[in-house]
Amino acid sequence: MEAELLARLVADLGWVRPELLLVGFVLLGTLLGAWGGDRSSGPLSGLAIAALVAAAILAFVASPATPVIVFNGALAVDGYGSFAKGVIGLAAAATLWLGADRFARTNARRFEFPLLVALSAVGMFVMVSANDLITLYVGLELQSLAAYVLAAFRRDDARSSEAGLKYFVLGALASGLLLYGASLIYGFTGSVRFDLIAQAAPEAGVGLVFGLVFLICGLAFKLSAAPFHMWTPDVYEGAPTPVTAFFAAAPKLAAVALLARVLLGPFSEMTDQWRQVITALAGFSLVVGAFIALAQTNIKRLMAYSSIHNVGFALMALAAGGREGAGAALVYMTIYLPTTIGIFAGILAMRRDGEDVETIDDLSGLASRKPWLAMMMTALMFSVAGIPPLAGFFGKLVAFQVAIGAGLWPLAVLAAVATVVSAAYYLNIIKVMWVNPAAAPLMPTGGVVAITAGAATLLVFPGLVIAFGWIAHMAATAAGASFP
Amino acid sequence: MNGFPILTLMTFLPAAGALFILAARWSSGPAHPGHDNGVKWIALITTLATLGLNLLALGRFDPAMTGFQLVERVAWGAGVEYHMGVDQLAMALIVLTNALMPICILASWSIEKQVSAYMTLFLVLQTLMQGVFAAMDIVLFYVFFEGVLIPMFILIGVWGGKNRVYASFKFFLYTLLGSVLMLVALVAMALIARSTSIPDLTAFAQSGGFSEALQIWLWLAFFASFAVKMPMWPVHTWLPDAHVEAPTAASVILAAVLLKMGGYGFLRFSLPMFPDASAYFTPLVFILSVIAIVYASLVAFRQTDIKKLIAYSSVAHMGFVTMGIFAGTEQGIQGAIFQMLSHGVISGALFLVVGVIYDRMHTREIAFYGGLVHRMPVYAAIFLLFTMGNVGLPGTSGFVGEILTMAGTFPVNAWVAAGAATGVILSAVYALTLYRKVAFGKIENPKLASIADLDAREWVMFTPLVVATLVLGVAPMIALDFTRPAVAAILAGYDVFASSR
Repeated sequence: MEAELLARLVADLGWVRPELLLVGFVLLGTLLGAWGGDRSSGPLSGLAIAALVAAAILAFVASPATPVIVFNGALAVDGYGSFAKGVIGLAAAATLWLGADRFARTNARRFEFPLLVALSAVGMFVMVSANDLITLYVGLELQSLAAYVLAAFRRDDARSSEAGLKYFVLGALASGLLLYGASLIYGFTGSVRFDLIAQAAPEAGVGLVFGLVFLICGLAFKLSAAPFHMWTPDVYEGAPTPVTAFFAAAPKLAAVALLARVLLGPFSEMTDQWRQVITALAGFSLVVGAFIALAQTNIKRLMAYSSIHNVGFALMALAAGGREGAGAALVYMTIYLPTTIGIFAGILAMRRDGEDVETIDDLSGLASRKPWLAMMMTALMFSVAGIPPLAGFFGKLVAFQVAIGAGLWPLAVLAAVATVVSAAYYLNIIKVMWVNPAAAPLMPTGGVVAITAGAATLLVFPGLVIAFGWIAHMAATAAGASFP
Repeated sequence: MNGFPILTLMTFLPAAGALFILAARWSSGPAHPGHDNGVKWIALITTLATLGLNLLALGRFDPAMTGFQLVERVAWGAGVEYHMGVDQLAMALIVLTNALMPICILASWSIEKQVSAYMTLFLVLQTLMQGVFAAMDIVLFYVFFEGVLIPMFILIGVWGGKNRVYASFKFFLYTLLGSVLMLVALVAMALIARSTSIPDLTAFAQSGGFSEALQIWLWLAFFASFAVKMPMWPVHTWLPDAHVEAPTAASVILAAVLLKMGGYGFLRFSLPMFPDASAYFTPLVFILSVIAIVYASLVAFRQTDIKKLIAYSSVAHMGFVTMGIFAGTEQGIQGAIFQMLSHGVISGALFLVVGVIYDRMHTREIAFYGGLVHRMPVYAAIFLLFTMGNVGLPGTSGFVGEILTMAGTFPVNAWVAAGAATGVILSAVYALTLYRKVAFGKIENPKLASIADLDAREWVMFTPLVVATLVLGVAPMIALDFTRPAVAAILAGYDVFASSR
């Protein structure tokens, strides 16, 4: 009996190769780092990038056609999770590359950086495959704990420490909410497994709704959806810029995918109940992200509000419900990630006299000093503003399609108007770069930053525009095979 | 249908030219005057080649056939297709666009700031503008329609006049707000009709697919976009700002092509797809059109800036277009299309006329000038011709458009036509006053004492426009016969509905 169980667990290990690869790297890397100290951070970063890319490819290629439930119901390996893992792995690798390069140039290299990023990625991989509430929590905390440390990574900098502490305290509060919700759900359905919760849901009564709302609130915090967004600007501003770039990309997609999994797995029958909550979150995020960003002068804070606004769009897609909504949210985030990574590469290029500068005014006259960088930033800004023919528009298009298809008219119109408001601050950045008189020159851009920004720009236009049909098809197929 | 993708080639040739300029800029290092000159020539050659391709396409185009031709269709994703094709209406506007582009490049010869970027944006703009008219998929249409904002925003914001930042933001945000509402509506339409193809949607709509209540909402959303683009009173206020601040060539394109996208949208979407709602809202459009004609003419009269005056006169002339379109008669729609083409030539030319003296004196104040006829006789003659065209003097193309739209509206609503007719008188008042102040009288301003007449480049620029104005004025049948099948198709759809109502 026990031997049989063991044999099944061992067989299940074959389904989690990407996670095993990353965990193996982290364990080995910790040893190497302890032995080699900070000198080993360069090779470790290289290895971590290779491991992340390999894990991404592995997850994507080994995606099963029908969902496979492994580890006694703890994890679900399916198309949706595999698609998400592929994008998460690549996004984490790109931001790690940017960060490792920056820390090496500023003599701030620490061997923990690649390890923490990889560990956080493991957490995200677990999140997007979670099939019960325990796995969900473990994945989320693994990702978050690594992120707390990363936020406080610059130990001698007060702002970074403050960001880490703030993130941790508020994150713990959100985890508390989430756990409280999970315990209610367990109490009213008698199970932590998503499929069993789904079976028990019809008789569970109003207590389950309470649990679900608390669970969504906890997840909304991780997602930085308004009104649970307060930590985002401070953490974005305080954390070292490469770390902010990491926060802004992969974890956002992981949280959206996890939310999709929770809403459509155990609670697909309760769509009418949770739709109200998600619609409200989406509406708040769209409006808060658009209006408050108008007043920002720090570009990292601005990007924080921009991410809140964009999460609002992904939530609007999720609010539509069903596999269409989940697929659209995935497409939206897949297009959003390279855009935001490219913008952060541009922010990393903002250095003057060896110091990072981060107000929008520091970009003044960039077009005359660094025309190529200015051009790339312009394309990325227009994309994130959702102006066609750039890729960002197509993300918004699918979000509108599913939302209107589900009859969410008022939300769609609100999103449309909020887009115009948000366009104002993206335009302002473009204006500052092209029209304002040139500020003191920025330091030369590193090759890594230039390549990342260039690659992101080429993805935004024309890469993802041409591949849009393929991505939409892949995401729809993945969501269709994974959700009822 | 058509093996050779001439529409795609023609549409994206300017973009290829833009890429070439960027690549050349990449490899050449810091900019220098010789390089800039080369860039201008590349841009000019690209636009001329595009015009050549356009003539080739015109050769393959059957003017007598109803419906879309030169169709290309490839699946793209999420229900969207890359679907291109033209009918007579689209073709006429594309010809207008491509014919004006080389002239605009010539008009930009005096640009010295960041020439590569300027020319790149202009060529990209040409691709997008052709795409707007050639797209047969509503999402593709929207991509081009809104994409136009990007190059225009940068062109106004970087190369514009003193107040350019305000003007470019106003232009962008105003138009974007209208467009996103249209996006919501067109996504809804595509979901209901299960197609994004314009002919399919038109057929679906004309078989009664959209209920009247739904049509009214959809019509309003499209109206929000096209009325801003047109621009109609009271959402016209972005136009004077944008026109005044834009560099000359961008003003020309704004007036000649971008404004036509509104009229094109009404003809392509509002009328055939929402016939009930169009009929329902006709009084509203009539009232707004008459207000636009009279009010904008009066405002134009009070302007002290030449460009602003012409901008307001554009608002007035676009009032004739909306009036003609929503009259729903053959004369009215034919007149509206003709007025769009004619206004494209005449107002484009007028902005060039202003550009000529602005290049020399760097001011657009009416009071600064006076007596130009003594120093610049050729210039004064050309200015006079286009002023007359603007007024609508018989013999120029401006007359034909105005008389047809008014004649087309008269049987539908005589009061509206009569109101519009007062606009003709008012346009004579402001246009002739402008001409008198700028061209006639003695030269009082000593700075004008040595102003030079047109040079060879400017001659080349104006000649085709003069010819077009006179030829279209004397033989309007060239254009009217060409667009007749498209108008008949639009009317057929509209009338079927109007009679079944």
